[in-house]
Amino acid sequence: MSAAPEINGRMESEASASDTKAMPKVQIHGLNFFYGTNQVLRSVTMDVPALKVTALIGPSGCGKTTLLRCMNRMHDLYLGNRYEGSIVVQPDGTDILDASVDPIQVRMRFGMVFQKPNPFPKSIYENVAYGLRLQGMSRRKELDERVEKALREAALWEEVKSRLHQMAHNLSGGQQQRLCIARAIATDPDVVLFDEPTSALDPIATSKIEELIVELKKRVTVMIVTHNLQQAGRISDMTAFMYLGELIEFGDTNRMFTNPAKPQTEDYISGRFG
Amino acid sequence: MRPDLFHALQAKRASRRRSIDQWFRRLGLFLTLTTLGILGILLLNLAMNGLARVDWNFLSSFPSRRAGEAGVLSAWVGTLLLMMVTAGAAIPFGLAAGIYLEEYAPKNRWTDFVEINISNLAGVPSILYGLMALGLFVYQFRFGQSVLAGGLALACLVLPIVIVATREALRTIPSSIREAAFALGATRWQAVWHHLLPYSTGGIATGVILAMSRAIGESAPLITIGALTFIAFLPPAPWVDHAPFVSFDWLFSPFTALPIQMFNWVSRPGEEFQANAAAAGLILMVITLSMNAAAILLRRRAQRNITW
Repeated sequence: MSAAPEINGRMESEASASDTKAMPKVQIHGLNFFYGTNQVLRSVTMDVPALKVTALIGPSGCGKTTLLRCMNRMHDLYLGNRYEGSIVVQPDGTDILDASVDPIQVRMRFGMVFQKPNPFPKSIYENVAYGLRLQGMSRRKELDERVEKALREAALWEEVKSRLHQMAHNLSGGQQQRLCIARAIATDPDVVLFDEPTSALDPIATSKIEELIVELKKRVTVMIVTHNLQQAGRISDMTAFMYLGELIEFGDTNRMFTNPAKPQTEDYISGRFG
Repeated sequence: MRPDLFHALQAKRASRRRSIDQWFRRLGLFLTLTTLGILGILLLNLAMNGLARVDWNFLSSFPSRRAGEAGVLSAWVGTLLLMMVTAGAAIPFGLAAGIYLEEYAPKNRWTDFVEINISNLAGVPSILYGLMALGLFVYQFRFGQSVLAGGLALACLVLPIVIVATREALRTIPSSIREAAFALGATRWQAVWHHLLPYSTGGIATGVILAMSRAIGESAPLITIGALTFIAFLPPAPWVDHAPFVSFDWLFSPFTALPIQMFNWVSRPGEEFQANAAAAGLILMVITLSMNAAAILLRRRAQRNITW
C-alpha cells in the first residue's frame, strides 16, 4: 500500500504506464476456460496492474465477461465448467485456480458489481453490511462505521444517511448500482470486478458511476467489462481487447485507442465491426 | 375485383369474425358462472340442512346415538391434532426436498427422474397412501390406529404439494440475487438461509396452507388405516401439570376426524343424522375456505413487499 502514491504520481505521464509493469496485482497465465466441451477462453495471458482501471473490451461473445467471472470463480457455481492455467494474485502469490483454494475465500478478495443493479430486498444498511457479516463481523459499532465508510466511498452516503433502514428497492436505478458498489467494497477486497455496470443506467447515473470507478482506483484494483468504447477510453488506464476467446492486444488505453498494434483492434475501435 | 365490392366483402367477413368473438365471450361467461354456481349451490344446500344444528353444543358434544345430542367435539379435536402431525412432518420434509432440488441438485437425468416422480406422487389416489400407511406406520412401526399414523399418512399425501410450492417460490427469485450473495462469499446454505428462504416465505406459506386445506378434507386414507367413526373421548392433552409439562401420549391415541364423522352420519338412516352431517360439512367447508382465503391474502402481501 505504501507504493500507492508513487503509482498515482506516475499516472500523470500516461505514456510510461504501459511500459512499467512494476506492480502486477493479478497475473493471468495461459488461462483456458471451458463450458463443458466448448472452449471459451484460449490461452489468455495478461498482468493486471495494481491500483489501476483495466477495461476488457470486445464484441459480444468474445469471452470478456467469462474472463471476469474466472477472477472470482463464479463459474464454479455451475456444473461442467473447467479452468486451465493460473491466476496468481499478488502480493501473496496465491494461484486462485489451484484446487486447494476455496472459491469462497477467492470471492472475499474479489468484489463484484453486476450488469443490472441487484440489491437484496433488505434495507440499505443490511445490503452493505451483508459481506461484513459473512466475514464474521457482528459488533454494531464496527458495522455502523464500515457501512458509513463504504457508502461514503460509493458517493451515496449523503443521499441515504437519513433512511439507512428503508428498503433498498426504493432507491433509483443509479443509486441502487452505487449501493451495489458500496456492498462490494465494504469488505475491503483487493480487486473489484465490474461487469458492464452502467448498461442498465441513464447517462447521468452512468457518469456518476464512472467518476466513482476512477475514484476507487486510489484504493483498489479495478477490472471492468464494457461494451462502451468511449467509457473504456474515459475511465481505464489499461485496455484489453478480446476476440473469439483470445486476448488480441493489451496495453495502455491511450496508446490502444490512438495507435493500436493489431489490425483487429483497429477495426474494432474504429467501428468497422462489433 | 372492384374496390367497393372488395370493401363490402371485407366488412361482411369482419362482422362475422366479430360475432364469433362475441359468441365465445358469452359462452365463456356462462361456463365460468356455472362453475361458481356449483360451489354456491353446494354451500347453500349445506347451510339450509345444517346451519340450524351448528351451535356451541354441537361443537362441545361427543357423538351420540341420539342425533339431537350428538356433536363434533372429538372430530374437530382429532382434525386439529392430525393437522399438527401433518404440518410437523410435511413442512420440514417438503422444504428440505424443495430446497435441495431447486438449489443444490445438479440438472441431470437422475434429478429429471426424481422430478417426474414427485409429480407422479401428487397424482397417486389418496386411498393408496392409506394402504401404505396401514402397512408401514400402523403395523411395521407399530404406531397403531393412532393420530400419529393418520397424520403421517396425510403428510405423505400432501408432501408433493409442499415440494412443488417450495420450488416454485424459490424459482421466482432471480438468479442475480443468488449471484450477489455468492459474489460476497456466501455458501449455498448461507444464500438459502439468509436470502432465498426469507424472500420466498410468502409463496411457501401459501403452498403449505393449500396443502393443509387439502389434507383436512381427506377421509379415504384415514378410513383405510382404521380411524374410528365413533369416539366419545378426547385424546390425552398435550400438556400436563407436572414436569416436563408436555406429553406426547396424544400421538398414540385413537382418533376420529371431521370428514370421518361426517361419513358416519351420512351412512345412517334418519333425517336428523343427515342434518348433523350437513352441519359437520358446513364446518369443514368454512375451515377450508378460510384457509384458502388466508393463502390468497398471504400471496398478495408477499408479492407487494418484494420487488426485484
